[in-house]
Amino acid sequence: MSPRSSSLEGVGARLPRKEDDRLMRGRGQFVGDIKLPGMQDVAFVRSPLAHARIRGIAIPPEDRSRVFIAADLDGVKPIRAVSGLPGFKVSEQPVLATGKVRQVGELIAICVAPTRAEAEDIAARVTLDLEELPAVSDMIAARAPGAPLVHEHWGDNVFLETLVDIDMASAFDAPIKVSRTISTARQCMAPIEGRGVVVHLDHRADQIVFHTASQMPHIVRTGLAGCLGLDEGRIRIVSPDVGGGFGYKAILLAEEVCLGWLAQRCGHPVRWLEDRREHLTANANCREHHYQITLYAERDGTLRGVDCEATVDSGAYSAYPFSACLEAAQVASILPGPYDFPAYRCRTWSVATNKCPILPYRGVARTGVCFALELALDAVAAAAGLAPEEVRRKNLVRPAQMPFDNITNKHFDSGDYPQALERALTAINADGVRARQARGEEDGRRIGLGLSIYCEQAAHGTSVYSGWGIPMVPGFEQAGARLTPDGGLELRIGAHSHGQGLETTLAQVAHEILGVPVARTRLVHGDTAMTPYSTGSWGSRVMVMAGGAVATACTELAERARRIGAHLLQADLADVRFADGRVTGPSGDVSLAQIAHVWYRRPQDLPAGVDAGGLEVTAGYKPVRDSGTFSYAAHAVVLAVDPALGEVEILDYVIVEDGGTLVNPMVVDGQIYGGLAQGLGTALYEEMAFDAAGQPLASTLADYLLPGAAEVPAPRIDHMETPSPYTRFGVKGIGEGGAIAPPAAVANAINDALRPLGAEMLHSPVTPRRIVEAILAARAAPSRRDAA
Amino acid sequence: MKPAPFALERPRTTADALAFLAAGGRVMAGGQSLGPMLNLRLAAPGRVVDVSAADLRTAAREGETLVLGACVTHADIEDGRIAQAAGPVLAALLARVAGGIAYRAVRNRGTIGGSLCHADPAADWVNALSALDASVEIATPSGSRRLPLGDFLTGALATALGPDELLAAVRIPQPAATAGFGYVKHCRKVGEFAHAIGAALIDPARGAARLVMGALERPPLLIADARALFGGAVDADFAARFDPEPADAALQAAGIADPVSRHVHVEVLRRAVMQAAGLQAGRAAA
Repeated sequence: MSPRSSSLEGVGARLPRKEDDRLMRGRGQFVGDIKLPGMQDVAFVRSPLAHARIRGIAIPPEDRSRVFIAADLDGVKPIRAVSGLPGFKVSEQPVLATGKVRQVGELIAICVAPTRAEAEDIAARVTLDLEELPAVSDMIAARAPGAPLVHEHWGDNVFLETLVDIDMASAFDAPIKVSRTISTARQCMAPIEGRGVVVHLDHRADQIVFHTASQMPHIVRTGLAGCLGLDEGRIRIVSPDVGGGFGYKAILLAEEVCLGWLAQRCGHPVRWLEDRREHLTANANCREHHYQITLYAERDGTLRGVDCEATVDSGAYSAYPFSACLEAAQVASILPGPYDFPAYRCRTWSVATNKCPILPYRGVARTGVCFALELALDAVAAAAGLAPEEVRRKNLVRPAQMPFDNITNKHFDSGDYPQALERALTAINADGVRARQARGEEDGRRIGLGLSIYCEQAAHGTSVYSGWGIPMVPGFEQAGARLTPDGGLELRIGAHSHGQGLETTLAQVAHEILGVPVARTRLVHGDTAMTPYSTGSWGSRVMVMAGGAVATACTELAERARRIGAHLLQADLADVRFADGRVTGPSGDVSLAQIAHVWYRRPQDLPAGVDAGGLEVTAGYKPVRDSGTFSYAAHAVVLAVDPALGEVEILDYVIVEDGGTLVNPMVVDGQIYGGLAQGLGTALYEEMAFDAAGQPLASTLADYLLPGAAEVPAPRIDHMETPSPYTRFGVKGIGEGGAIAPPAAVANAINDALRPLGAEMLHSPVTPRRIVEAILAARAAPSRRDAA
Repeated sequence: MKPAPFALERPRTTADALAFLAAGGRVMAGGQSLGPMLNLRLAAPGRVVDVSAADLRTAAREGETLVLGACVTHADIEDGRIAQAAGPVLAALLARVAGGIAYRAVRNRGTIGGSLCHADPAADWVNALSALDASVEIATPSGSRRLPLGDFLTGALATALGPDELLAAVRIPQPAATAGFGYVKHCRKVGEFAHAIGAALIDPARGAARLVMGALERPPLLIADARALFGGAVDADFAARFDPEPADAALQAAGIADPVSRHVHVEVLRRAVMQAAGLQAGRAAA
């Protein structure tokens, strides 16, 4: 499939991941593995209430020297993540609560002791005098006049309201109109490793060193410097092995700021390791969307327009650096998905509630958007009496339209969306499934077939992010490439690899150009002291951006080697070429290792006027267009629903995806497997519920259900490879797609199974309880009818 | 999530365990429930008496009764290490229940006695052993006493065990050779605590049926004489005559107001009945 590589290790090779050797043997080094002399542990006193005024904090005198509250934190500034979008209201998140608390789990005091257990003992002795205030835990109620206010001076609870209207009225006379209220539950990201940070003072370097599980070390440094009032140069961030990021580790936490202050105060190393209860109840929330969506269509399924009111529960504070509005504001721009239609209106609200800040989770807004639009499309199909694929065939962007600017000016770079759909229908054997469906099951279960298609804008850069006006705008991405004296290669990137396999795939990119064996190429990442600046690993950007930068640096390195090689071969520069790790001229060739040897060990043999930069290059890269790559996929699922108990069993799952040129198809498969597991979690299991007082109702993994090995099927994956015209090698970002489509595909399949019973599931997760409720309700009441 | 300080004792005998308990303490067997509760500080006893090394990991036969020491693990039962004492029928039946408890790591350490003492309404032994008419043997400072399981389980997470007492053994009568056993639980994922449990011990030869609905917020709902659910008599044809209405009425009488919950519990019970009849637990249309 590879369009380029003749080598077995270059772009397109299914190489096993180098990093797996240490990770699978338990030899990875995570924050929790770091032990420093004199290190003490931190436990936090957290708010037990969602909304309350702090009247007092009582600390036993014998504990006073080990407990720190907001008043102790001289010079520490609150976390501010401000969007430049017009009308955005600013929340200031104090790193320790001052005045009032706005969410359960908000930090109130730091307790430090030789062990975590002792720190928790101290925390248990701190008593809080809180005056409980009415809490707002429902985002729709939060928008209503008279709701309790999370930030009083705002006057309402809306971080940001946006509206786009593109000729919406032109669709109102369409013969088919379906309206649905669709929502996705609040979730927790639940990487295996939670957050953690170890901070110590490096007096020799005059630096405060943070070992912190981060996807974006350089951005965290900027954020910490701002909050702590320090020069960025006085902070070094080391992000070691990271056990899953998914967006949660792309956030500056108040805990990190606290530890940075504490290490300076105490002088000894300090550590905080998030436990699962803190993770679930206080920090890692995501996903909660609510849609009121109306689709207008012709009787043949052709969309005339989409009208939507979307609300995102942003929680109490704007998280750094992505802000409280990125999710909702993105909804408006990406709701049209892979479809082409002429009229569109979308109003969005980013709403503040007394819940944890909502954080960007793999797929970010796309999972909710895909869920809303794909479910509504199935409703159109049902109203029109068409198969679901018919409606999609009518509306998908066609290959002849590429590159294509959609109704919200998203620029689709390349692809054949209808082909992905047709391949998925064939692979899942849609005709056979429907024949089986018509026959019925002996065990009384009902078979359903569900589809969903999405496109994933990835690696979008300056032109997109400068418009959001958040604290972080990605620009050129840099990578360093250095030949070692013996001909090995060191690569340096400022992004971070925590499951993506970059230690392997970026070595493959370098190999494609320099021919250095992957085994002799090392990737340095995760340390601000050793890597070029980068906004980090997020937005499915690293293979496009860091991959492009590595290729650029290696290309320059190859050219420098060629100049030295020409001299060693006593040939004209015009007569030598660099290929397969060698410089070849009319009379012979010389290897990269030989050239490196000369540069480092025998400089007396170098030509006069040689490039003084030597065999070390830091190069910057941006795609030809930085509006993003558009990968996409069609998911098709067959499942069986037990209508008496609401149990769902997935029988078959097909994914046809197009990520452009794949650097390592096996790694891409791995990304898809992991994303699918998370998507099934969204579809069927994961829900972080809150009561009316804003209390989180799941505090352990017994209450917060994650899919396990028994719940995740092995999907059948079919790769298409339509290169992006704008990126090096034609690669596209694919890191999040696996998590985008499953909730919609699964819900559509369940609805396909239940349609004869008159039940329709429009809220994720689709739990057995909700299915049974819907079936019993449909039995008791006449079914919904759409205008058609 | 680290426990508050506590003292730990590891008695080697039941007598030593009782001596420790006389001075106050919380019993820990496999620690699969108490461990997390300690870590979450939902339990903060000053002393924990770990009885896993005491003489309670035994299996014996007394006439037609299997007597399992309280510290027999779920894995002991799953793997057949009690089969000699239990006999093939009861061993197989208990192994099937044991094999469905949580995850293997939990089953390796979790014990049958610990599970009964924790008395989680959604726990497997609490419900399966209620259907099997088990009783418990309690070691007390002055000797021992026996209680039917139904009297031992006094509420959700509550038992009749006194603070100075120790559950020593579980007594499980051999089911009649003509009886069928069904055990079905409704979970959202493998290993999760059940949302509904149905257990059935039905002996058409004797006209007897003992049914349990569990995973309610109370002890198992036992219908010791379930003839009313089969049109008044339990005969060879009982499966075909299962009547959900009396089961629903029993749930209503037990205060289960939610009709969706009742629907699910009755359906799970029906499947347990079908299983006891040797039929595929057919998933009938709603």
